[in-house]
Amino acid sequence: MRGATLAKWAVCAAATGLTATACGGGGAASAGVVSASWGDPQNPLEPANTNEVQGGKVLEMLFRGLKRYNPKTGAAENVIADRIATADSQHFTVTLKDGWSFSNGEKVTAHSFVDAWNYGALLTNKQKNAPFFQYIDGFAKVHPASGTPTAKTLSGLAVKDARTFTVTLNQKFSSWPDTLGYTAFMPLPHSFYTDHSGWLRKPVGNGPYRVDSYEKGSVLRMRKWGKYPGSDRAQNAGIDLRVYTDNNTAYTDLQAGNLDLVDDVPAAQLKSVKSDLGDRYLNQPAGIIQTLTFPMYDKAWGGPGKDKVRRGLSMAIDRNQITREIFRRTRTPATDWTSPVLGADGGYKAGLCGEACVFNPSRARQLIKEGGGLPGGRMTVTYNADTGSHKDWIDALCNSINTSLGSDNACTGAPVGTFGDFRNKIAAKRMGGPFRAGWQMDYPLIQNFLQPLYYTNGSANDGKFSNHGFDALVDKANAQTDTGRAVAAFQDAEKVLAAQMPSIPLWYQNGSGGYSERISNVSLNPFSVPVYNEIKVN
Amino acid sequence: MGRYVIRRLLQMIPVFIGSTFLIFFMVYALGDPVAAMFGERSPDPATAAQIRRELYLDAPLWKQYLHYMGQIFQGNFGTAFNGQSVTELMASAFPVTLRLTVVAIVIEMAVGIVLGVFSGLRRGRGIDTSVLVLTLVVVSIPTFVSGYLLQFVFGVQWGWAAPSVSPDVPLNELLLPGLVLALVSLAYVTRLTRTSIAENVRADYVRTALAKGLPRHRVITRHLLRNSLIPVVTFIGTDIGALMGGAIVTERIFNIHGVGYQLYQGILRQNSPTVVGFVTILVLVFLLANLLVDLLYAVLDPRIRYA
Repeated sequence: MRGATLAKWAVCAAATGLTATACGGGGAASAGVVSASWGDPQNPLEPANTNEVQGGKVLEMLFRGLKRYNPKTGAAENVIADRIATADSQHFTVTLKDGWSFSNGEKVTAHSFVDAWNYGALLTNKQKNAPFFQYIDGFAKVHPASGTPTAKTLSGLAVKDARTFTVTLNQKFSSWPDTLGYTAFMPLPHSFYTDHSGWLRKPVGNGPYRVDSYEKGSVLRMRKWGKYPGSDRAQNAGIDLRVYTDNNTAYTDLQAGNLDLVDDVPAAQLKSVKSDLGDRYLNQPAGIIQTLTFPMYDKAWGGPGKDKVRRGLSMAIDRNQITREIFRRTRTPATDWTSPVLGADGGYKAGLCGEACVFNPSRARQLIKEGGGLPGGRMTVTYNADTGSHKDWIDALCNSINTSLGSDNACTGAPVGTFGDFRNKIAAKRMGGPFRAGWQMDYPLIQNFLQPLYYTNGSANDGKFSNHGFDALVDKANAQTDTGRAVAAFQDAEKVLAAQMPSIPLWYQNGSGGYSERISNVSLNPFSVPVYNEIKVN
Repeated sequence: MGRYVIRRLLQMIPVFIGSTFLIFFMVYALGDPVAAMFGERSPDPATAAQIRRELYLDAPLWKQYLHYMGQIFQGNFGTAFNGQSVTELMASAFPVTLRLTVVAIVIEMAVGIVLGVFSGLRRGRGIDTSVLVLTLVVVSIPTFVSGYLLQFVFGVQWGWAAPSVSPDVPLNELLLPGLVLALVSLAYVTRLTRTSIAENVRADYVRTALAKGLPRHRVITRHLLRNSLIPVVTFIGTDIGALMGGAIVTERIFNIHGVGYQLYQGILRQNSPTVVGFVTILVLVFLLANLLVDLLYAVLDPRIRYA
């Protein structure tokens, strides 16, 4: 009798497990639906609160804004906007096209935009993309640097009628309409404000897909919205985004036919990915540039005459070898501070950096010597060790520098445990040497590669670089109404970077991905996100 | 017996308070989590201040801890950064991990005890040596190696099982991850059972039972095994807690969204409510499992009595 207790206990425990299994149906994908890998978005899926790729790719499927970036060329094209007119690059009149609605039937009106932007800008809503509204007049009142807001709405926004609204900016910004394809500027339905938690459980938008079910942290099932009025309708029945914590597992699932699409091929698999997938492997340029940023607030790095040391270090790095051996050509050596996805018209200019970005060990040694040598004879390169396998390339980079300078311990990597800690150290200006920086564009404009990163007190100016000449040229570029002239002024500003080298351009990052034989017509957009709505199921 | 249980339960209170404080303090020591929420951009100071106030991060550590404990006693474990409440995360994660643990424990008991009995009874012979070599190999292979290896062989090469577990977490898909999770403990169970059996097989009561004329299988199952299982039960009891919390690697490899996954996300994002909440529950599970083991002793060995 006593002996039976143990067995009974085991059976009981097993039964608990069994009964818990009986939830939901099978996991197999339904016909015409594409299953794709996904990472758990860091923030709630609100447009003005989503500042990273994983949440961004969902919003790209669920929402359409005034403009959308062409998935091939990156050009900002009107979607809901009929016209965005301005005479002085500061006052804009936005007219909407007729016939757009949200998937719950509500019409998309001028209010859908203005209310959403006011919500995003208001400090008490704690939206992380709030700074994107900073150019609109009245931003300082709804989003003061300290204290409580003195206004609820942006004074620069005014609704004229159901399909027209006006925007007043607080400065001239000629390319401002082209920023409106960013997720922060998406329209929102009434239910977003009236039933916020319900909306977050099942977001409602106006894009080619609608949410079928959302199990947070696990799977987001989206289905084609049949009544979508736009021209870029979904070519498949739906997308199932499955959360993976490990991109190796996603890749294994793809190999086993358990998953249709991965948009991140793990570094360890790059060697064999061509033989595994053949032409189902994607490797396309994306709007991401990796740099080595100098702490300009540190006298040893940012003091007078130190530009020679910075330029010299740039010449000491063999970019070709590292991109070939470590990255297997999924990155391209950088020769300017933008990205090839901008195209020549958009401001990308190969070789703008000049000789400073060309590998030249003897000139590197000479320049560093002229600049007074490395501070204390050695340097560390700080990086976060928790994601992105940065250690491999930082070690290679230091190796390259050491070989060029003929010293075994001139450069060493300095890992920081978590990304959060890394960002805290940067924010607290506690970097004693160069550190890694990666910039993924928000919108395909040359402005986005320069102003946030190098303008005095720019939102991502981690090295605290400040140069009057650079700032003046950026201001001049923003005031230009002609795109060509604006781009030329931005490139002049970039030449200041080439002379000062506040950060070393390392390489342009490609987007990578792979897909199964079940689907076709797969490509990546300039943000390295798959163009989901164009995928066809065979 | 009842008194003993109550005393043990009361002992859990200081352990609970101590462990929550230690974990809270450790997550706090990782630094300010707000900066990481803004990616490569430096946080907008006004927004960051709002978020800090909402998460109670602007108060000193002891105040934060008291606030957190006060919330816990109201059944509120706080909110993760993606807007979900931690209780919601627990409700989705614990059943999944529990199921995985049960599969692992069943595998580990069934295979481990059977192998242990056989090698213990045939001490020094071929089967004993081969089991010894086998368990040594298993113990020396880290989980992430065996995990990726079995996943690739069974999932991709042979196509016998899905390489990852689908969101509904059906039991049949948990067999492979359960096996990977059980492997190391399985080896320990085998060794423990073997030693225990080998020792007890020469005991007087076994000789007496045989002399009584009892059939061999009855002597082994009723007399020998039951007396030899005490160390094994202790091990399995502590292992339940270890398996539930230590499944981080296995859950990652097989993409199971259980406790390990939530803890990993919580640590990466420095979200103290998630980490402290989950670890606290794990501590309680560990304590309860130990209590259960101690009570089982009395069942297995009639000489043990609790007053």
